[in-house]
Order: sequence, then structure tokens, then C-alpha cells
Amino acid sequence: MSQAVSDQGVPMTGAAHRANRAKRVNQRARSLKRAKRIALHVLLVFGTLVSVFPFYWTAVMATNTTEDMYRNPPALVPGPHLVRNVQRVFDNVDFMGSLLNTIIVACATTFLVLLIDSLAAFTFAKYEFPGNRMLFRFLLLTLMLPAQLSLIPRFVLMVELGWAGSLSSLIFPGVANAFGIFLLRQYIQNSVPDDLLQAARLDGCGFLRQYWHVALPAIRPGLAFLGIYTFITAWNDYAWPLVALVDPEKVTLQVALARLNTAHHTDYSMVMAGTLLAVLPLVVVFVLFARQFIRDVMKGALRG
Amino acid sequence: MVATRAGTGHPRTRKRALKKRTLKKALRAYWRQYLAISPFYVLFAVFMLGPVLFSLFLAFHKWDGLGPMEFVGLQNFRFMVKDSLFWQSLTNTFAIWFLSTIPMLLLALVLAAMLNSSVRFGGFYRVAYFIPNVTSIVAIAIFFGSVFANQVGLVNVVLQWLHVGTVGWLTDSFAIKLVISALITWQWTGYNAIIYLAGMQAISSELYEAARIDGAGPVKCFLKITLPLLRPVILFTVIMSAIGGMQTFTEPQVLFGTVDATNPDTGGPGHAGLTTVLYLYREAFNFNQLGYGAAIAWALFLVILLFTVINWRLIAGSGRRDR
Repeated sequence: MSQAVSDQGVPMTGAAHRANRAKRVNQRARSLKRAKRIALHVLLVFGTLVSVFPFYWTAVMATNTTEDMYRNPPALVPGPHLVRNVQRVFDNVDFMGSLLNTIIVACATTFLVLLIDSLAAFTFAKYEFPGNRMLFRFLLLTLMLPAQLSLIPRFVLMVELGWAGSLSSLIFPGVANAFGIFLLRQYIQNSVPDDLLQAARLDGCGFLRQYWHVALPAIRPGLAFLGIYTFITAWNDYAWPLVALVDPEKVTLQVALARLNTAHHTDYSMVMAGTLLAVLPLVVVFVLFARQFIRDVMKGALRG
Repeated sequence: MVATRAGTGHPRTRKRALKKRTLKKALRAYWRQYLAISPFYVLFAVFMLGPVLFSLFLAFHKWDGLGPMEFVGLQNFRFMVKDSLFWQSLTNTFAIWFLSTIPMLLLALVLAAMLNSSVRFGGFYRVAYFIPNVTSIVAIAIFFGSVFANQVGLVNVVLQWLHVGTVGWLTDSFAIKLVISALITWQWTGYNAIIYLAGMQAISSELYEAARIDGAGPVKCFLKITLPLLRPVILFTVIMSAIGGMQTFTEPQVLFGTVDATNPDTGGPGHAGLTTVLYLYREAFNFNQLGYGAAIAWALFLVILLFTVINWRLIAGSGRRDR
């Protein structure tokens, strides 16, 4: 067995030897740890690329000509033809009109959901009245009804009401939202103390003013979450608008986009320019609020 | 007045009158509260409950949406049992659900475990993984349609470079299901990872420390601590994905919904991507068979109920046996 030799080749004393070995073990552990961390990041970055790649590739297709995409090899980086492609989108579908319709529907739905749900949530959270438990249980039960069950009869109803084809047919069905009431009720239970309401009552605040001046300001984060969620859902909705919007001149963005794809699906650069325009605003807005939004999703998951 | 009369009457009438009186009293005392919660119930009754009840009525009728309704009893359901296209749509739906849910939830678990190891830039990764979930299905379906296009789609171009044969992604029966499943997996993996991450962060770190002292490695910790404690969260995600998956509509509708010379079958060649909701949409709105469409909707509702109960039993039940 050879004698222990230090890095410099000089024989070492026992203590120095032990210290050196400890250092080496430590170093190895640290480099192993670092390698693990790098491997972790490589995997996570790969996942991110998978997640984001469709946006990049949509942009590539939207900024090149369709001929560029048919070439072998196809264009792999963004090109200079975005404006021309967008112009062709505008020539083929009423993009701005359908964008406006979508904005109207999404904003109106969000506003009504926030108003109606917060008022009901406040009532359920802070008031005892005959039947409140039963009514709330019924409300939760409504979450069990799948949307496809009402697709056909709701369309018949809209025809009877004379609403088929109108934007109202998209707004009002979405407002009966039990999930929102359930969610906001929990926010109110957690962040509106009874003492505060009692104090407001003593100051002469009635039911509505307690709701408006005490409860609503306290649950702003909950309203923001529900608002973003409702807006995104309304913006992206497809099945019901496809059924309800019988007038081909008056559609939402998603329906217009699908129609553009059906009519011109081999003209990739134009269809993708439309897709990019339809998706980008929402994704940008989402990214601005994303961190808080995801935190709220996680909080909600723990309750569920 | 009602009360005095009731006071002398039969006990049951008295009870009913008492109830009526308390209801009246409650309404007078709490009318603000009842008014505050009423919009939900009114809108629900008009746009959900009413239509759902009407669709039950409709399921026993033959109706083209214009002429008079004709009562046909169970005929719609009898036809459905023999309708091979209905059964195919159900098999397609289950196949797509299975092909998407398994990789989706497994990947989500792995992603969540990686994010849970207190990695740097965690917030950035979370946002990146969540973005697919807020992107419109129509846009994603159009994107997948172009990337998987048989001749010039990126996937086949890459396969050619690699000198592997190309695949008829949008014509082959199994490949069609794979494409739709890949789309759903892409859209929902990040969402489920975030849900799992929330569940993992709720697990006390003391448990892991105790296990580490006992000599358990990270894999053993994951299998013996994380997975069992995550069971309720996993149950939640499986059931949500089952309910969502059984109602898959937009993806195949955008990709294969429009019938023309190049695509004679709804749901792609050989109806390979025809899901049950797409089938009921076709029956009701392309073929004006509103009664039959309603019958399909109710059959699917029962399937979803049954499937949810089975999933519940499988996951919640196996947990009980472990303990």
C-alpha cells in the first residue's frame, strides 16, 4: 500500500490527510449537486421550449410566405411578410368586427359575473337566513351538469327568444356561474372579519353599503382572479358560439378563425397570421398577471 | 289571518300554514338577501335547468327543429344501441382520453416534482408551463393541423430529414387520435403540474427529513411519501380530465369537423376522430335530428357519471386498501 500523498506530492500528516479527504469528498458532493442542478435546468428548459415552441413556429409561418413553408427545407426563422399576411387576413374575414364582438362578450360576461357572484357570495358568507344552506348546496350541485347536455335545448331556447345570432345569447348563459360564487364566498369568509361588518352596521351601513364599502375592497385579489379566469374562458369559448351565432356576418374571433382555417387551410402563412393575431393579445395580458394568477390556482387546488 | 284559521284546523294544515307563515316572515325579514342571490338562480333556471329538462323531453321525440314534434318513446335510444357510429364515437372518445391523460398526468407529476425541488427561476417556469392552458383550443388545433399536415407539415419534414418514413398524421386512424391526444396533452400538462405542485408544497418537509435520516433516497421519498399523500389531488385531476375528456369537441371539430370533398367523414377519414360530442353536434345541427342529438347527450351524461364513479372507486378505494 503506498503512502498517502498530497496534491503537491509531499507526504502528509494524519490530520492534514483527513482534512484533505473531507475537502475532496465535499468538493465531489458539491460538483455532483451542481451537475444535478444543471441537469434539472436542462430538463425544465426543454419543457419550456416544448411549451413555447408553437408560438415561435406560428410566428415563423405568419411572417413568411406560404411558398417559403412549402420549400424544402422550409423557412425556420421569422421573415418579413407579416404585414402582407395580416392584410390578407383582413381581406378574407371581418377580423376587426369579430375582435370587437369578442371583446364585448368577454367584458360584459366578466362584469356581470363579478357583480352577481360577489353579491351572492357576500350574502352566503355573512348572512344566516332560512334555507341558506339548502340553497348553497343546490348551487354546488349545479356544477355537476355538463355543458353538452344543454347545447341543443339552449339553442332552441335562443331561437324562441329571438336571441339566436345575437351577442346576448353568448353573454347571459355564461353568467350563471356557481364556481365563482363558491370561490368568492371563501375569499369573503377568509378576509372580511365579522367585527368589521358589525362596526359598519353600527355606523348605519345597510346591506348594500356593507357589500360595496366593506366586502368588495377586501376581496380585490379574489375578484381579479375570477375576472381574469372568466375573461379568458369567454374569449376562448368555441362550441357554444359556433352553435348560437347563426348569422355568418356576426361571429366571434374563435369562430372567424376556424372559418378562415376551413376555407384556406393550405394557405398556412395567412391562417397563421390570423391565429397569431387572435392569440397574442390574450397571452400577453395573461403573462402580465400570470404569477399572481398561478398562485391563486394553487391556493384553489388545495381547497378542492 | 291565515294563522288564526290554521290554529283551529287539522294538524297537517296547521303545519303547512305555519310553514307558509314562516316563509312569509323570512321573505319580509330577509328580502335583501334573497334578492341578492336571486340572479344566479333565475339565470340558472332559464339557461340551464329549463334547457336540461327540455332536452330530457326532447330525447323521447323526433324533431327537425321546424315542424311539429313527434313522440316516439324509446325509439331514439333503441336506435342508438344499434348505431355503430355512436359506439365508434364513444370508443374514439375513450381512446383519445386514454392516450392523452396517461402521458399528461405522468409528465405533470415529473414536472411538479422538478419544480418542487426549490429550483431557481421557478416562477418563470410555472408561467411558461401554464401558458398553453390559456391559449384558445381553436388556435392550437389550427397549429397542430399545419404541423402534422401530411405533405409539408414540420413533423413529416423532420421525419424525412431523419430518413424515417413519413406518417399520414391526418389520414391514418390511429395517428389522428395521437394528434388530438398530443394537442390535449400539450394544453393540460402544465396546468396539472401546477395543481400537483400545490399539493406537494402542502406536504410537510419534516416527513422528508425523517425519511432521509432513515436512509431513503429521493426516488423512495417520492414513491413512499409524495405519491400517497398526493392521492386526493391525483383523484381530482383524474376526474377533471375524465369529465373534460369525455366532452372533447373543439379539437376534432376544428381539425376534421367540416365535411367537403377532401374530408367526406365528420371527424376525419373513417370517422377516426369523431368524438361523441362532435357526433351529437353533427346529428343535431348538420342533420337536424334534434331529438336524437338530445338522446346522445343524455347517454353521454350517464357515461360520464358512471366513469366518474369508477375512477373514484379505483383511486379512493385503493387508498383504503393500502392502509
